[in-house]
Amino acid sequence: MESTMPILILALPLLTFLVLGLLGKYMKHGTAGAIGTASMGVTLTLAYITAFTYFFSGSPAFINTVGERLQSVIFNVTWLQFTPDVFDAAGNLVKAGLAIKLGFLLDPISAMMLVVITTISFMVHLYSNGYMRDHDGTPERGFQRFFAYLSLFSFSMLGLVVATNIFQMYIFWELVGASSYLLIGFYFTKPSAVSASKKAFIVTRFADLGFLIGILVLSFYTGTFNFTDLTSTAVEGMTDTYQVNIGTAEWIKNIFATSAAPIFMGGSVMTWALVLIFMGGMGKSAMMPLHIWLPDAMEGPTPVSALIHAATMVVAGVYLVARLFPLYLMETTALDIVTVVGALTALYAAMVACAQLDIKRVLAFSTISQIAFMMVSLGVARPEHHHAVGYMASMFHLFTHAMFKALLFLGAGAIIHAVGTNDYTGMHGLRKYMPITHVTFLIGCLAIAGIIPFAGFFSKDEILTAVFSHSLYWYLWMSIVAGLTAFYMFRLYFLIFWWKDHKVTGHHAPKDQPWTMTLPLVFLAIMSVISGFFPFGDLVTWNGHPMYKSMSVLTNLEQLNWFVASVSLVTALLGIGLAWIMYKNENPLPSRMRQFMPKLWDWCRNRFYFDELYMFITHKIIFNGICRPIAWFDRHIIDGSMDGLASITNKASESIKGLQSGNVQQYVLAYVAGAILLGLITALCVL
Amino acid sequence: MLFSNILIYFVIIPLVMLGGLGLCRNVKQIRAVAVTGSVFLIALSVWVLGDYMAQRAAGNMAEMLYVGSWSWFAPLNIHLAVGVDGVSIVMLLLSSIIVFAGSFASWKIEMPKEFFLWLILLSTGVFGFFISIDLFTMFMFYEVALIPMYLLIGVWGSGNKNYSAMKLTLMLMGGSAFLMLGLIGIYYHSGSDGNLTWNILEIASNGNIDKGWQYFLFPLTFVGFGVLGAMFPFHTWSPDGHASAPTAVSMLHAGVLMKLGGYGCFRVAMYLMPQAANDLAWIFLILTGISVVYGAFSACVQTDLKYINAYSSVSHCGLVLFAILMLNSTAMSGAIMQMLSHGLMTALFFALIGQIYGRTHTRDIRQMGGLMRIMPYLAVCYVIAGFASLGLPGLSGFVAEMTIFVGSFKAGMTDYLAGAGSLKLVFTIIACCSIVITAVYILRVVGKLLFGPVQDEHHRSLTDATWWERVSTATLIICVAAIGCFPNFFLNLIRFTFDPEFFRALMVSVN
Repeated sequence: MESTMPILILALPLLTFLVLGLLGKYMKHGTAGAIGTASMGVTLTLAYITAFTYFFSGSPAFINTVGERLQSVIFNVTWLQFTPDVFDAAGNLVKAGLAIKLGFLLDPISAMMLVVITTISFMVHLYSNGYMRDHDGTPERGFQRFFAYLSLFSFSMLGLVVATNIFQMYIFWELVGASSYLLIGFYFTKPSAVSASKKAFIVTRFADLGFLIGILVLSFYTGTFNFTDLTSTAVEGMTDTYQVNIGTAEWIKNIFATSAAPIFMGGSVMTWALVLIFMGGMGKSAMMPLHIWLPDAMEGPTPVSALIHAATMVVAGVYLVARLFPLYLMETTALDIVTVVGALTALYAAMVACAQLDIKRVLAFSTISQIAFMMVSLGVARPEHHHAVGYMASMFHLFTHAMFKALLFLGAGAIIHAVGTNDYTGMHGLRKYMPITHVTFLIGCLAIAGIIPFAGFFSKDEILTAVFSHSLYWYLWMSIVAGLTAFYMFRLYFLIFWWKDHKVTGHHAPKDQPWTMTLPLVFLAIMSVISGFFPFGDLVTWNGHPMYKSMSVLTNLEQLNWFVASVSLVTALLGIGLAWIMYKNENPLPSRMRQFMPKLWDWCRNRFYFDELYMFITHKIIFNGICRPIAWFDRHIIDGSMDGLASITNKASESIKGLQSGNVQQYVLAYVAGAILLGLITALCVL
Repeated sequence: MLFSNILIYFVIIPLVMLGGLGLCRNVKQIRAVAVTGSVFLIALSVWVLGDYMAQRAAGNMAEMLYVGSWSWFAPLNIHLAVGVDGVSIVMLLLSSIIVFAGSFASWKIEMPKEFFLWLILLSTGVFGFFISIDLFTMFMFYEVALIPMYLLIGVWGSGNKNYSAMKLTLMLMGGSAFLMLGLIGIYYHSGSDGNLTWNILEIASNGNIDKGWQYFLFPLTFVGFGVLGAMFPFHTWSPDGHASAPTAVSMLHAGVLMKLGGYGCFRVAMYLMPQAANDLAWIFLILTGISVVYGAFSACVQTDLKYINAYSSVSHCGLVLFAILMLNSTAMSGAIMQMLSHGLMTALFFALIGQIYGRTHTRDIRQMGGLMRIMPYLAVCYVIAGFASLGLPGLSGFVAEMTIFVGSFKAGMTDYLAGAGSLKLVFTIIACCSIVITAVYILRVVGKLLFGPVQDEHHRSLTDATWWERVSTATLIICVAAIGCFPNFFLNLIRFTFDPEFFRALMVSVN
């Protein structure tokens, strides 16, 4: 494949960012929006062509004769050379030095992510053209800046998924963090937005510290950052080293088998490296206990929440684990940790989501919970169970979740835009006023609840199948979470669109939105229905090997595990039914439930007091217990001793200053006294 | 011939500028002299850079290029000896850029003639220091660079300026005293009797400073230079000094003068006494490792913008010395990158702080807020500087820090696996933690100062940057971004110094 198109996929958003960022203030608002959207549209087309070529062209660069999909490096440029390459006398490369390269890697998951990111990003660009205006259609202040940031984010995220090496991933990982910071803090005059953006950056930075150390450990032992070196087996009969099979590399196994790699606190070095890298993923993907930034991040404009904090950036952690999956397979301890963290987070977030009042926060917690599903799915994936179906399921769910969660967020944005508040006590009964939003939101809810034939049903079913074949205990746990998901989503749905009639406040009744906002909703609603039928088992598997013999639209239906499917359907329907009973029409049941379990309600409502705990740690312990004492120590002890040295010198000079009085009598006296003293000493010595 | 050596012009141009300033009648002429001179300096350093690359590409493997030596005081073997390698060229480039930006930053200074006289004298010292390879001339230029600082802070400063100027000068002079002892010691052990020399290249090739003496002289020189590099616990001149200094002086001081310390530690202490450096590294690793986190933690609670950046400098410069001590080629080239990067971004910070202070007349972050709406240009620049400081990829800080961490971690693991203790490893991980703390204090300032509601209603009437302020900050931002986007160019430039060929010579003498 030529490298022009991949380069353009990365270069266009970057260029758009620079143009809008530097020249934006000289442009009209509409022009800036159009430039941003058009450029994203072109990127979308290019990405679709690239992904299509990868999956369906059958070119030997992408698929081998057995039908296994390969990893293919389209281009790779050295960006930062740490240690020089070593050549032998004849000038052949003996050992490549450690270097950060910037490149473009195509394999099943990166091709899939290209599609996800550009689709959602384009929809969000389009939607923002309508959303970032007030009711009269006047663009908000900072409209150009908003589009510039969106382009920066798209560039960073695309760079992240096509990374050819783990350090490139880290670079773009930081860049998405920064663009997320800028977008959360978009309304920078609002103190809550400022502190939310700060929190998001610092929490993820803390997680990235783990990621960085993990990279350092891994690269020290393996001597490389390249994914193609780390997670591949040699292709038989293919000389080009740039195209490789995905799999656990034997040479890495050998490194750890033969070297005297130390055991540190009961874990091998490899386990530690992988767990530390996973810590970075926990930060970005908001896994407990590093999840606290995501609900606050909802302070950003709603399109941003849809793009960054629902569909793309927050799944980067899942993507990271998937990307290094062959390595994780070597150390299943690390995978078990992924499972446990994921499962705990899934339940926690689902419980908390049941008790939130802010519509965006419910969606935020549901995002956390759904990402945790993907993590669990990766954690239970083992090649011996149906070709590691968990890996495929995780990626499948990532794809469908991106569609329906972006839909839900954009729908929520439309509602917030129309009503002017985030709190659904101010909404209720909107179905009559916003019919299109109502239908699309309902589709989103059905999809996330996992009702056949919506997309979430298929992907969640694959996940549950994977968990089922790994351990019954986790299967039960995750099924309960799935039921809870259906419950809290429909609680949200009923409270927004039903419950009681809408009380119109202000000048106009809420109404549906302009076409720029409707089109993305409709498109994503369609995707939420049909994307469940995409034959992921043939496209995205951990080693590129297709799971099923044949590939058709009905493959997913045929391959269903009907036991798991029926159980999950029943659970979902139970959850929806409960929500129906409690929230369809105004009734005292919810408040009675609340009084029935006040402690549980309080804990869920206050997110299990995680924020308070963090506040205590950062403020009381780190700020007051470390920073302040250090600053005091510096001013009073270190600097004090320097000043003390100076004043001692000063005092010493003061005390002998009197000797240099300029008084001749005094000098004569001293002279005579000294002479006599010397004479006496001489006399004593002579005698 | 003295004048046929290109390097000598790095000193001659500032001297000509000094003469020109003497003839100036009004402030316009003064500005013209300062700007023209600094443009010449930039042009010269870029030319040297290009020529250096060309010569290296053509296969010139000499350790230093443009070497020249002219006897100055024969009885003591003192020469005016010059020569540069990639590291010095990077430093020369950095200095000339900052002198350029600093000239624009002091556009409206009071008593411009006197101010620029001292400022350019200071630059003479700086340039002289970086081109010298004779220990004595080096020390002389070092002192030339330090003394004007006293007057610049004492006369043009603000706040508690007399105290700060005195403290800074005395502490740095204290460092010089150690340094002087160390350098004289090196001279007397530089060769066999009657063959003594001050020339760094000759001393290194003789390579026979007695090991026992190294143990004595290495700490003297390292601490002597380390004081200027803001090494814990000799860093306290930095917050007070920066807080009182006028804008351009802060820029030059943090941007260039503090680099004299790092450069000196590398060029003299490490290079000439590698055995002692290897054996005594642990003491200084602990001190500099503490510097890194200690400075960062201190910066978290400061409320004065300049104090925040002064402590942040302690942290970042601590990382420079820390990496140099790793005796690992990757970490050491990272240290040079960090000097370059820190020089540019701190100069940028101080320029912006000066410009904000010039408008709001306060540096207390509690009394400011929401400046983004009022002065968007300056605010955006401040955010970029902040991002560079907290190590965002694409800007210079990231490149430098990552190179240091990769190199240090390697050195630490190698030591650890060889059973040589885990000190390097532990301190590398501690130093890594600074990336989080840096984010905390940078975002704290950005959030408080630029975002949020406007604190003081009087600030609403303030204006955004003027054109000369824009030139000053834009120059620095372009450089920061250039290093961040094309790091390999700069790393290739300095890599030669750390190439296995030369590095091995250093390492062989260690073992």
